[in-house]
Amino acid sequence: MAKVSKKQAIKKVKKTKKKSDSAEETLAAVPTVAYDEEEEEEEEDLNGNFSGEEDEEDERRRQKLLEAISSLGGNRRKRLGERSEAAVQMSEFGVSVDGEGRKIQLSELIPKSAPVKTQKQLKTLQASTRTVDSPLSKQETERIQRDLAFQKTAEEVTRWKSLIRQNERAEQLVFPLNQEPSGPRPVDRVALGWMAQTPLEQEVFAVLTANKQPVHDPLLTPEEEASVKAMSLGEAKIRRAELQKARALQSYYEARARRDRKIKSKKYHKVQNKAKRKDLLKQFDHMVQTDPAAALEELKKMEVARMQERMSLKHQNSSKWARSKAIMAKYDQDARNAMQQQLDINKELTQKVVTALNDDQEEEEQEEEVMPECINDAEEADAANPWMRGRLSQDPEDNEKTEDLTVEVENKGGEEEEEEEEEEEGEEEALLRKFDSRRKQRRAEEEEAAAAAAVESAEEEHKDDDEELTEFTNLLRRRQQEEEQTKVETGNPAPLLEEGLMRVRTLEEVEQLGQDPGSEENPVAADPEPALPPTEPPPETRKASKSKKRKRGIELQEVLTKQTKVIAVPLAPTAEDVEDGGAEELDQRGLIQEAFAGDDVVSDFLKDKRKQEEAGRPKVVDLTLPGWGEWGGTGIQPSRKKRRRFRVKPNPPPYRKDKNLPSVIISEQRNSAISLHRVSALPFPFENHAQFESTIRCPLGRTWNSERTVQKVTRPRVVTTLGAIIEPMSREELLKDQTKGDSGEKSNTNPVKEKNTHHKHKAGNKQKQKKK
Amino acid sequence: MFSVFFINTWVLIAVPTDHLHVLNKIKTVFSNALFSFRRQMKVKVLSRNPDDYVRETKHDIQRVPRNYDPNLHPFEVSREYTRALNATKLERVFAKPFLASLDGHRDGVNCMAKHTKSLSTLLSGSCDGEVKIWNLTKRECVRTLQAHEGFVRGMVVRFCGTSFFTVGDDKTIKQWKMQAPGYGEEEEPLNTILGKTVFTGLDHHQKEGVFATCGQQVDIWDEQRSSPIRSFTWGVDSFSSVRFNPVETELLASCASDRSIVLYDMRESAPLKKVTYNLYTYDMRYLDQPITVHMDHVSAVLDVDYSPTGKEFVSASFDKTIRIFPKDGGHSREVYHTKRMQHVICIKWSSDNKYILSGSDEMNIRLWKANASEKLGVLAPRERAAVNYNQKLKEKFQHHPQIRRITRHRHLPKTIHHQTKELRVMREARRRKERNVRKHSKPGAVPVVSEKEKHVVTVVK
Repeated sequence: MAKVSKKQAIKKVKKTKKKSDSAEETLAAVPTVAYDEEEEEEEEDLNGNFSGEEDEEDERRRQKLLEAISSLGGNRRKRLGERSEAAVQMSEFGVSVDGEGRKIQLSELIPKSAPVKTQKQLKTLQASTRTVDSPLSKQETERIQRDLAFQKTAEEVTRWKSLIRQNERAEQLVFPLNQEPSGPRPVDRVALGWMAQTPLEQEVFAVLTANKQPVHDPLLTPEEEASVKAMSLGEAKIRRAELQKARALQSYYEARARRDRKIKSKKYHKVQNKAKRKDLLKQFDHMVQTDPAAALEELKKMEVARMQERMSLKHQNSSKWARSKAIMAKYDQDARNAMQQQLDINKELTQKVVTALNDDQEEEEQEEEVMPECINDAEEADAANPWMRGRLSQDPEDNEKTEDLTVEVENKGGEEEEEEEEEEEGEEEALLRKFDSRRKQRRAEEEEAAAAAAVESAEEEHKDDDEELTEFTNLLRRRQQEEEQTKVETGNPAPLLEEGLMRVRTLEEVEQLGQDPGSEENPVAADPEPALPPTEPPPETRKASKSKKRKRGIELQEVLTKQTKVIAVPLAPTAEDVEDGGAEELDQRGLIQEAFAGDDVVSDFLKDKRKQEEAGRPKVVDLTLPGWGEWGGTGIQPSRKKRRRFRVKPNPPPYRKDKNLPSVIISEQRNSAISLHRVSALPFPFENHAQFESTIRCPLGRTWNSERTVQKVTRPRVVTTLGAIIEPMSREELLKDQTKGDSGEKSNTNPVKEKNTHHKHKAGNKQKQKKK
Repeated sequence: MFSVFFINTWVLIAVPTDHLHVLNKIKTVFSNALFSFRRQMKVKVLSRNPDDYVRETKHDIQRVPRNYDPNLHPFEVSREYTRALNATKLERVFAKPFLASLDGHRDGVNCMAKHTKSLSTLLSGSCDGEVKIWNLTKRECVRTLQAHEGFVRGMVVRFCGTSFFTVGDDKTIKQWKMQAPGYGEEEEPLNTILGKTVFTGLDHHQKEGVFATCGQQVDIWDEQRSSPIRSFTWGVDSFSSVRFNPVETELLASCASDRSIVLYDMRESAPLKKVTYNLYTYDMRYLDQPITVHMDHVSAVLDVDYSPTGKEFVSASFDKTIRIFPKDGGHSREVYHTKRMQHVICIKWSSDNKYILSGSDEMNIRLWKANASEKLGVLAPRERAAVNYNQKLKEKFQHHPQIRRITRHRHLPKTIHHQTKELRVMREARRRKERNVRKHSKPGAVPVVSEKEKHVVTVVK
């Protein structure tokens, strides 16, 4: 019984302590009634369960009285409780242990030196007469403990929130997190950081250091070095003499090289080099006679050297020096010469070595040599372009490819050094040249030529309005005149050119020309009548004649209603040959005329538009029933009155948006084929259409964005490496994040915080509800 | 009479004189031909500075001059859409997730464990008490040991990777060396602890020599002692599995057979909280309702494993399929199945996030790719760039119906397909009924309960 009361008392004290702040304020307002200790004691006795053993009671009271008196006297001495009974334990605080049967007073628990506040509380507590609740059941206490523990844990876990959120929002997460910077670490750092760790390693190192074995630069131990150094006197002398000699020789050669290097004369060096080369050649010739096998070997070496030279960019005017020279070349003859020299060297080095061993190839070789020369000549005309300067090619097949190029080049630089190259030119080039010059002549005496060609009926028309002719037809006629000129001479047909004609023709041209190739191949043998039926002229000729009649076939302006957009492309200016520049433009125009000869696009388009308009217009509905209310039969029309009555007039046609746009058709009909590919409803995370559309509108690809942007935009959210173990996050990361977060907290987004608080609030509410 | 003309130096034509107009036409034709030839002969030569477009060495990147003028590159949306569509189709074409099947067990695979330090090592325990250690790169069994009598209920590799623990139906916990015994040595466990009851699950602490088992109660063991240092009980139900929190390493959670989840703190002496064929993701702090309910399986889910990135998880089900769910998505993004795979009992996501391992009833362990269409191995930089670009395109156009249709399409076994349909019908019927009830009762009498809230019975404190 006493136990219970004591417990209650303790509990009460605890409670008061807990409530101390709030309780104090309330109690201050309430007038407190002071009781005597004695009275209180009596009351307690009455309330509590009295045992009834009077002896004990008396004893206790007496003691109490004594205590009270002593306490009145002054400082209360601390003393051990008197051992009146056999107890297991004596408390130094004067509190006797359970089983002693003595009730503990509250005043005993609190020392007199306790603050006044506490004493006051104690008094009020003693004043209250309410009995204390019985303790909670075991289950309930456990539950409270669990709840508290849970709250603590939840709080602990909440610390991760910011880190998790940060990771969730990160644009890119590279796993494993906190990786060491990739790539090889510098060797010295690795070496510095390395320590002998395992016992075996340590042992080995101990042995090594004990024997003074060099660890880092393992060459020779000191002992070994000493033994090497130890030589006999004679040996040392010989060695010294050798070294002396070597040193002298070295200095001699060095001095010589220095002298040589000082000579600035290029001529000297050239002569030197030439002499050397001659020497080499002589040696080689000698070798051919004496030791053909070795010579072959040498030859192979040379071949390899040649190949290397061909592969490398050396001597090809692509170096920094050459580039600087190229800039100067326009103004400086020397620079030009220097570059030419380089090219010569290159040519020399890349030339095949002609020896008796490969005599049979000699002829081919000579033929080949024709090419590079004329190329090099052309270069001088076009020194600003290093690419033109480059070796085009020395191979026969390349020769063919670049043929046309050379022709062009020839045309340009022809005037200056015709006389030198004439004999070297190929046959076809000569022929073309002839054509050209002749054409020029023709142009000068065009009128005469036209008069001479008066056989043709069309020609007469041209004569009348010569100045009004389109350039295209002009050109055509010029060709015809030429042909007439050439027909007098008996030129030998060049097979190469014919091939070229066949080769270069595009598919479109083949189609345009129709059956031409057949007739071209055997023009003499073919019978003209079956090949070309007079009733059906090929479309080409028809078109030509038409153009002659109308003077101009299809106007460009007519075909293309709008001006094409001209895009200014920042390119280097193209080098065209000046001679044909004007004709080129005309040719283009003529080509377009040719291309659009068959189709009248504009009228087709207009027709199309009209048809669409027609389809969109509401129709007249005729509801007349012939024979209804009158006579019917074949040949009998329903009466006019009836027709007027039963014809439903259509509504006025809806407004067409393209009404005033002659070159546009706007259809406002819904296309079901497209709707398959369109998004029908606004997808979830977006709030409005504009938002969604803006995400779709901006392209991601490298067609529209720079490389850097593409890389940035297409970065994947999560990157993991094959074969790298991803460990769970550690607590250190949390600490790191917190230190980082302290600085970055202010800049953190607000919505997160709001959400957090909201969440907590909600949780709190629920807990409250449950408590109820 | 015939006239002979030389139209050109090498073309000769004979025509009757009275057909001069024919000749005229022929000439035109030829002159056209000649003209076209001449046109071909002329060569335009561009003269540019090679510095602008020639790289110095072959190791340099080719310089591609680009003009980003939008007028030159029209129709960006439709072009990208087409690309996205193609990428989506290709993704489906290349989706071949199944990599290998490891067979060798003589009974169903009941549990698996990942090696903590080696990616290529996998441990598996079967229903006949056999434990096998596999080399995944060679796809072969490295070691076999008879660990228990009866089922191997759980196994876990110690954090250092040198040993592993198994629990079995024979009421024992055994610790084994990871290394195979030398020649002539017998296969023996390092330690054996005989418990009072059957253990059903096991997990090891991330950093300390402490592990937890579950069975009748949840026990925390020190490796050095033969009796648990702590045991938790809450009610009388038995527990089926227990797991340590990998990050807050002192926290544990366990599943009990009365459909409840219990949380523990290893440092405390009492359990913390308890909650009572779908998957539920809970926030550990707010157990009142799950964050997400993951639905798609048509039968019980037997095992779950999170990807090490924490973005997704994979589940093994009794319906013979494996599904991959995004952590906050209600439905799976991928379903794997094969004709021969039976009820999938255990599942693991490899710790490099690239593979999934499943152990099933029919004694096989299967190796899957975590991302079905991903190309494994080294990717060239351009390849990687293309993959990234395609991925972003797919994301960008994911709401477009055609793309969504293709990405979402999966083949399902007939039975599962039908069951899904059936479940859908059932759910629909239930919802309809509820709606009707609500319609015919007093407003507010039948509240709307969300799917999430439906599944929590109570939260016991």
